[in-house]
Amino acid sequence: MILEKIKEKFGEAVLETHSFRGDDTAIIVKEKIVEAAKFLKEDPELDFNVLIDLTAVDCLKLDKPHRFEVVYHFFSVAKKHRVRLKVPLTEEDPVVDTLTGLWPIANWFEREAWDMFGVKFQGHPNLQRILMYDEFQGHPLRKDYPVSKRQPLVGPQN
Amino acid sequence: MFLNMGPSHPAMHGIVRLLLELDGETVVNSDVEIGFLHRAFEKMSEQGGYWQVVPYTDRLNYVSPLINNFGYASAVEKLFGIDITERTKYIRVIMSEISRVADHLTCVGATTMEMGAFTVFLYMIKAREYLYELVEDVTGARVTVSYARVGGVKSDLPEGFKEKTLKALKETRKVLIEVNKLITRNRIFVDRMKGIGVISKEDALGYGITGPFLRSTGVDYDVRKDQPYYVYDRFDFDVPVGEKGDNYDRYLLRMEEMEQSMRIIEQALEQIPAGDLNVDMAGRVIPAAEMVDEAKMGHTSGLIQLEVTADPTLEGGSERFYDNIHACSKKMAVPPKEDTYGNIEGLMNHFKIVMNGHGVRPPQGEAYFPVEGANGELGFYVVSDGTGTPYRVRVRPPCFTIMAALSKLIQGGTLADIIPTFGSVNMIGGELDR
Repeated sequence: MILEKIKEKFGEAVLETHSFRGDDTAIIVKEKIVEAAKFLKEDPELDFNVLIDLTAVDCLKLDKPHRFEVVYHFFSVAKKHRVRLKVPLTEEDPVVDTLTGLWPIANWFEREAWDMFGVKFQGHPNLQRILMYDEFQGHPLRKDYPVSKRQPLVGPQN
Repeated sequence: MFLNMGPSHPAMHGIVRLLLELDGETVVNSDVEIGFLHRAFEKMSEQGGYWQVVPYTDRLNYVSPLINNFGYASAVEKLFGIDITERTKYIRVIMSEISRVADHLTCVGATTMEMGAFTVFLYMIKAREYLYELVEDVTGARVTVSYARVGGVKSDLPEGFKEKTLKALKETRKVLIEVNKLITRNRIFVDRMKGIGVISKEDALGYGITGPFLRSTGVDYDVRKDQPYYVYDRFDFDVPVGEKGDNYDRYLLRMEEMEQSMRIIEQALEQIPAGDLNVDMAGRVIPAAEMVDEAKMGHTSGLIQLEVTADPTLEGGSERFYDNIHACSKKMAVPPKEDTYGNIEGLMNHFKIVMNGHGVRPPQGEAYFPVEGANGELGFYVVSDGTGTPYRVRVRPPCFTIMAALSKLIQGGTLADIIPTFGSVNMIGGELDR
């Protein structure tokens, strides 16, 4: 039902849907993500009022045409159902619009995704590193970031 | 005036930094800085096999590590599409609830200690000790338990577990009654908790807050009730809900939740069936004693004959062949150490699981599995590319969302109010920073 509604509303913008292991998933183009999130939040039948999780996946070794996927998990407290939206992003232009206008928690989640993957969120009020320190070089959860890579030592700045 | 609270501060439960802008004693503005305990959980999870992530999950929420264990194991089981055995489900429920009580005891105890009620802390740690003894009996460790296996649990409950648990619960209840008498109507305590750290229902939902923190605002959402996993739908328990969303509500809520968790444990101990613990790749139950290979018994007719080239590095035969199948081992859970060290079948079984290229391999895909952690919804999102190593493991830490709202919670209050508010957030560094 959820996926049908999304498909009906966004038509061509929905690239793919699946329900692997019962998790309803829609892959949607990045231009439509804010509109889609707004629709999920405001449609009375869907009523997805909680952004439960936001993260990214680096698809470098997954044999996909795009480099990143930003993954959104939504949950409805009233209807008790969940949905997952995914947005593919290319390596050259890893930018997607922010959801901070709809859910304040998107602020920290998006900062983490930026910190770990280098995915930019357009319109984010404070897109800074959150788990890593400011001087950290690179984005550690990218697949081309070696696990044993060393970082330059940084000391206190006087 | 600007004031740094932390990263090293006795009330900051680990390391987190609050940058405060003060006007006298009032907090005008604040900035929360996290990440001091980042240990690259998600990156390290991508390095080994699926079973190797379990020890890392112990170190997420180190006050209730069993819930993390089970959450991760369940997410991978969902990815495989297998169902675990009845007995394992009950064991997981019992151990999760014991952890939840221990977590709430620690949270309430630490908060009250920071407000000067040291006795309560000692009483509660005493009660937690009874529960940790149970955990130690079952898992062999107190904190770094690594008890869950993908497809089962490490070992069965020990002899006399039921009697010992009931006794421990009795002692815990005594402590809770004592604590209740000491602080619930204590003037100093109530004054510092009531009306402090208030968050509205809308804000809590907007910040994605779950667990006791959300329920204190009046939203009735508990994963155990609303999307029951394991066998939670078979127990009779209540989900307490608050009204005001302040610290006092959260304190009362945690006290009541402990009682409800103990009710679940008692019912589960009554209902728990005998049976097997672990399942194999296809979700079939394999009795622990039946470790003898079919072929060894001479039953070769049903076995598939395949040409396999040996790899001189012993890195798992021919990768070409293994890449195409998603099942190779008889069992999915790593066998008990007694079997691994005690008989050849157990050793082979272990070998077949842990060797690179042989191990358990889920189909390509992704799965998200939420469990009710002590702090709220603890979700594991696992992506598989079809190999024996998780492609991506993401944990949704429940206290991350609450910490995001902390600035809002403390704004307008006094400096001293930060202590009880921060205590009721129950920030766990390992989970927050991963």
